[in-house]
Amino acid sequence: MIRICISIIILLLAGCKQTVWNDPYPASERDANTLYLSFVERPKHLDPAQSYSDDEIEILAQIYEPPLQYHYLKRPYTLIPDTLTAMPQVTYLDAAGHPLPKDAPAERIAQSVYELHVRPGIYYQPHPAFARDRQGLPYYRAGTFQLPDSWDGFKHTGTRELVAADYVYEIKRLASPQVNSPILGLMSGYIVGLKDYADLLAKQAQSLPDGRYLDLTRISLAGAEVVDRYTYRIRLKGKYPQFMYWLAMPFFAPIAPEVDAFYHQPGMAKRNFTLDWHPVGTGAYQLAVNDPNRQIRLTRNPYFHGERYPSTGEPGDRAAGLLRDAGKPLPFIDTIVFNLEKETIPYWNKFLQGYYDLAAVNAESFDQAIRIDAQGNARLSDAMSAQGMSLVSAVMPSISFVGFNMLDNVVGGYTKRARQLRQAISIAVDYEEFIAIFQNGGGIPAQGPIPPGIFGYEGGVAGMNPVVYHLVNGKIERRPLSDAQRLLAEAGYPNGRDARTGAPLVLYYDNTFTGPNAKAYVDWMVNQFAKLNIQLVPRSTDYNRFQDKIRRGNAQIFVAGWNADYPDPENFLGLLYGPDGQVKYGGENQVNYKNARYDVLYDQMKYLDNTPQRQLLINQMVGIAQQDAPWMFGYFPRSFGLRQQWVSPGKLNVIANNTFKYRKLDPQLRQHLREQWNKPVIWPVLAVLAVLAIMLAAVAYAARRRDRKTAK
Amino acid sequence: MIHYLGRRFLYALPILFGVNLLTFLLFFIVNTPDDMARMHLGTKHVSAAAIARWKTAHGYDKPLFYHPQAHGSDKLTDTVFFDKSLRMFVLDFGQSDDGRNISHEIETRAGPSLEIALPVFVLGLLTNISFALLLVLFRGTHLDRFGVMLAVALMSISGLFYIIAGQYLVAKLWRLVPISGYVNGLDSWRFVVLPIAVSIIAGIGGGSRWYRSIFLEEMGKDYVRTARAKGLSEWRILFRHVLQNGLIPILTGAVVVLPLLFMGSLLTESFFGIPGLGSYIIDAIQAQDFAIVRAMVFIGSALYIVGLSLTDIAYSWADPRVRLS
Repeated sequence: MIRICISIIILLLAGCKQTVWNDPYPASERDANTLYLSFVERPKHLDPAQSYSDDEIEILAQIYEPPLQYHYLKRPYTLIPDTLTAMPQVTYLDAAGHPLPKDAPAERIAQSVYELHVRPGIYYQPHPAFARDRQGLPYYRAGTFQLPDSWDGFKHTGTRELVAADYVYEIKRLASPQVNSPILGLMSGYIVGLKDYADLLAKQAQSLPDGRYLDLTRISLAGAEVVDRYTYRIRLKGKYPQFMYWLAMPFFAPIAPEVDAFYHQPGMAKRNFTLDWHPVGTGAYQLAVNDPNRQIRLTRNPYFHGERYPSTGEPGDRAAGLLRDAGKPLPFIDTIVFNLEKETIPYWNKFLQGYYDLAAVNAESFDQAIRIDAQGNARLSDAMSAQGMSLVSAVMPSISFVGFNMLDNVVGGYTKRARQLRQAISIAVDYEEFIAIFQNGGGIPAQGPIPPGIFGYEGGVAGMNPVVYHLVNGKIERRPLSDAQRLLAEAGYPNGRDARTGAPLVLYYDNTFTGPNAKAYVDWMVNQFAKLNIQLVPRSTDYNRFQDKIRRGNAQIFVAGWNADYPDPENFLGLLYGPDGQVKYGGENQVNYKNARYDVLYDQMKYLDNTPQRQLLINQMVGIAQQDAPWMFGYFPRSFGLRQQWVSPGKLNVIANNTFKYRKLDPQLRQHLREQWNKPVIWPVLAVLAVLAIMLAAVAYAARRRDRKTAK
Repeated sequence: MIHYLGRRFLYALPILFGVNLLTFLLFFIVNTPDDMARMHLGTKHVSAAAIARWKTAHGYDKPLFYHPQAHGSDKLTDTVFFDKSLRMFVLDFGQSDDGRNISHEIETRAGPSLEIALPVFVLGLLTNISFALLLVLFRGTHLDRFGVMLAVALMSISGLFYIIAGQYLVAKLWRLVPISGYVNGLDSWRFVVLPIAVSIIAGIGGGSRWYRSIFLEEMGKDYVRTARAKGLSEWRILFRHVLQNGLIPILTGAVVVLPLLFMGSLLTESFFGIPGLGSYIIDAIQAQDFAIVRAMVFIGSALYIVGLSLTDIAYSWADPRVRLS
């Protein structure tokens, strides 16, 4: 035992020479130009036609390049070409196929034709599917090679130029039964012939053996055609200006058909050699390691086409140092490492030790990272400031709301009584308090469905919801409870009781809350209703049952939310569009709201550019929704994040996802500070060993003494 | 012995079938194939057609148990239950509902789980037995009373506390090892040393109390009195005779869990960022991935049966009076 203790002490003392012991990364990476981030949940899909989740798009957006992207610095969010020579040219055609002027009314437009010109000279990342033998045939084709057990076994790689056909191929993949894209239903309503194409592919796939490659290059799609090597056309039914935003999403990124064919070779799927596991793109980064149980590693794509840092931005960007790198080639960082961190405590502590470069502030770390000043503004705590960290905060393009099922007999409907009941409840539920208690002040009470940063949002008095708020000395304040009580009485429920029967008003609140705060959330909501003497019965349920209730229209009052797909008001206002009612039409209008005037205005608004005329229509729509109150508008959440001092200040872009290529860091400073912050403390180990040794010696001594004692 | 094992194998088949059937029933009572499709397709723009396509692509478009429109034996074989569950008897676990190979996943994850579970099992057993023997050696003294009190205190503390306290003290305050993470290869010792130590300490209370009671029972037996009468030292009695005779109940608890070690520990692996099997089934339940759930339940029950058989074999080895027939 003594020998073991001495050996441990010697080892510990020898280890003292090494400055840092708790570094979770290999020594070879210490000065590397690597950005360290984390992920909470393993990505389900890395196939751009399948993936529809924020966690996945953070990875995919670095690898794949759709035709368009958002300008990094400009606000409002502006689309610019990514792999195109220019923005797509849109031509409108009437039913006879004749071109129409740009300002032709939407009802005359039978088809919109988007023509896109791909920039020559863009190459894919190195990949075995592009490797060629001496005859110019694919190096890895079935029957000519031994399938390796691991991805590293593919020793030969190649590349090829990006062509228009790759984009068309991906649009076809949206309809493939082997892919099962989540947007097929939506896009079938817009892309000409996509639904028929999906039916055709389904039939063809049935005749194929399981998993065999369905060659989409041989089957043409009316709505997507290759014009020449670098040009392709997409045909849409009618007019759909928001399609431009879809062109900035990975769903429309290019896929090389030979890559798809490569992955469909026998035995590939069994070894997880799939496009879903090993994506192949033209973006700034390529996926080098995909171990979703531990780490996802992106490395610089050696064939990246040399995009440069933008040289224009918003006023103030230059002063903020955001144009310092203007014109420099991207990306700046060589490697991005995402580590799986399921628990917040180890994640946060590793960030404090300098082993993560950026971190989101969550409920557990909020008090340590942020303090709220007297004016209610979030500031960095002294401890974080001392570590040289910076706070980044932004209101997200999303909304969290409580919906009233408009098909419900009590809270739904369009009578004055029902409207007043919803209005009364909307006043009584104090979202300012909710934000303060449950969001640590991180959020803005919503006055309507459109979040800040998206065209149509109006802040201040102009955007105030007059049903719930009023002006007091020029300041916007929630209406007093007496207003809610008056409305409730007028609705036929004085003091929370049915005026005819005297029975208490009992309402039902469906939610899927789980976790430690679930009870607190529900209790808080019950108390808000209790202010009006309304008995709120919470019905907490699992996600499946909750969705089922919403779909069938069996929920009465329920929690819901929406994250923007793209920065257009149509994406939010559509959530109240009658023909998208969930129960009747299976759309995204979960409250089944239907107002003829609102729907007419929506049909006009969605085709317009962001002009004052559009703003006018939006204001009218928001006004109607405020009066009808199908939602308690809830709040727009604010996210908080921290940046270590060695990471260059960037501009938060909550819409774009491909922004890591603009980031920069100083690995030498990081290593210096890590060493300074993480000097090992050895004495406790020595003390523990010493105590153990003394205890063992004492036990041995006592035992021996007992053995030698004579019996009594 | 071979005859005995063969019989145990045959007994195992209906047990595994029953476990499979139960898993299948429980899973599909809670989740319908439509729910599973919705979970996999996401929350936006999920149409009925998309759900139908997903079900077809994943083989959930068939009836669960009985296909009345099919002919002959297809009435039973052309069903979700036959397709998804019975294949596992030939160890074909197939692909998860998100399209990944389950066998590959299990192979990759089992290593890190074992890297923690095996040392915890062996060192934990040694520590607990040693501590229990120590208490028995000093039975009735203040040391024994203090040891029992300490064991009860250790048992009463939540496992999560040990993890958080271990990470706080060793990794954060003393900065001796990484807080969490894992690398393959020899350097992995830096990542597993803390979870191993924490798991051993967390198990001392329960383990040593149990072993102490076993050894105390043995200490009251005649052969111990005879040994003392022959003049053997207490050390020799404890480590030579009591330990050997106390092995049978110890084996009962220890050997049965041996094959299950590779299933990992949810909490430890989750907090220490170990990419093991611990969270595989929990993640799968949350993601409503029936393919993984059924595979893991099948493997778990098969391993449990293996563990019970191993226990029987260990009995016959530890106690010559036990014969397998």
